[in-house]
Amino acid sequence: MRPFEYVRAGDAAAAVALVSADPQAQYLAGGTTQIDLMLKDGVIAPERLVDIAGLPLRGVSRRGDTLCVGTLTTMAVLAADPVVAGRIPFVREALLAGASPQLRNMATIGGNLLQRTRCRYFRDADVTACNKRTPGSGCAAMRGPARMHAILGASAHCIAVHPSDLCVPLVALDAVVDIEGAGGSRSVPLTQFYVLPGDRPDIENVLEHGDLITRVRIPLLPAGTRSGYLKVRDRASYEFALTSAAAALLIEDGTIVQARLALGGVGTVPWRAREAEEILNGAPANDQTFHAAAGAAIRDPFTVPGTAFKVELAQRTIIRILQTVSGARS
Amino acid sequence: MGNTHFADPDIDLTLRVNGCERRLHLDSCRTLLDALREDLGLTGTKKGCDQGACGACTVLLDGKRVLSCLVLAAQCDGRDVTTIEGLARDGQLHPVQEAFIRNDGFQCGYCTPGQIMSAVALLEEGRAGSDEEIREFMSGNLCRCGAYPNIVAAIREAAGREGE
Repeated sequence: MRPFEYVRAGDAAAAVALVSADPQAQYLAGGTTQIDLMLKDGVIAPERLVDIAGLPLRGVSRRGDTLCVGTLTTMAVLAADPVVAGRIPFVREALLAGASPQLRNMATIGGNLLQRTRCRYFRDADVTACNKRTPGSGCAAMRGPARMHAILGASAHCIAVHPSDLCVPLVALDAVVDIEGAGGSRSVPLTQFYVLPGDRPDIENVLEHGDLITRVRIPLLPAGTRSGYLKVRDRASYEFALTSAAAALLIEDGTIVQARLALGGVGTVPWRAREAEEILNGAPANDQTFHAAAGAAIRDPFTVPGTAFKVELAQRTIIRILQTVSGARS
Repeated sequence: MGNTHFADPDIDLTLRVNGCERRLHLDSCRTLLDALREDLGLTGTKKGCDQGACGACTVLLDGKRVLSCLVLAAQCDGRDVTTIEGLARDGQLHPVQEAFIRNDGFQCGYCTPGQIMSAVALLEEGRAGSDEEIREFMSGNLCRCGAYPNIVAAIREAAGREGE
């Protein structure tokens, strides 16, 4: 571990100015991924940490049919919010399926969006072949054992999964990320926030160095919409997803009027299943539709021997959550 | 308002640990866990995996349970920290400590301080409604001896559900 300077940010503008001006500086919020990767794994080594925990970017407020979530709001606080429970319950389910109670008291919503992959090769500084850490060095996961890896959005350069549960319902809901940067403020839909690895897996999102996520805006579901999050994993709790699915369905007289579907555990980015949504919208809410949607969701997967099982597992996960949300299975 | 720099790699901070103010001069890299154990001599809080996977280092920060191995001491300046040493009152064990002893909720004991701190928080959060709920909301605390059934029994008893 390299020593670093610790700085407490006075306000958001000062924090942005400081990090923007220093390529070796990073923001520090909940720290649950960052402290781990710095102090324990030795995979990242910023020379300066700018602690933003004291900034007034915390809390949840409702504006019409949108929930505005300050970037420093913890996972525990968002999970306990009554509007989340009432109007976007699959967000609450995803939050409570993630991490542990201790980590949910620490980890922030902005940090959750930016959490780094759990790929064991990325997190092992002794592994030299990792295009995400060192562009052009190769991908050890392509040759070594791989299980917790991506089958969608992957390439021979990188098969690392985006590990967030929360982001799965958030991309399904078309959440929007508000960003403060050296050049001013802007907003980016979460579905356009992440960048597929391609041949540059070190570039994970559209943020420029020094950009600060200040808020996430989450549209609420229309009244009458049902939603659910299903996470399949190797342990019953406190484990990352092998596959997961977030679904929201508005059904009238047996017909799906509006469907939202996204997948976790299988994508290099939180995966919006638009092809599946097209099949679901306007179709009868039955098993035949759900099977067709599941098939469309996992088209042209990129698998290695260790991840081939995820194709069928992800499809079954989709079918199960659609059956549950539609009421066909309790 | 400007930023507060610590040009020195060391920082000055004040922690309120188990009700007592403690002033510290530390390397900014110091975790809360190491500050408690190495600088303050409070070795009740255990270092297990030291990377957020096992829960042995669980303490309460401003009343909420957190993993002290993944918090910098610097992040805790001016905040309240409660460790296992701070649970007893006037020589009287905390009811959760009593319940762990009565129910034999441990074997080797290494994970026990973390289990108890997590259980105290769980009761505060109102998550002891059923054994299933206790297990889910204790899932951040691993016990390699496998004392889980007795840990659940201890929490159930401390929650006042022992007759169920």
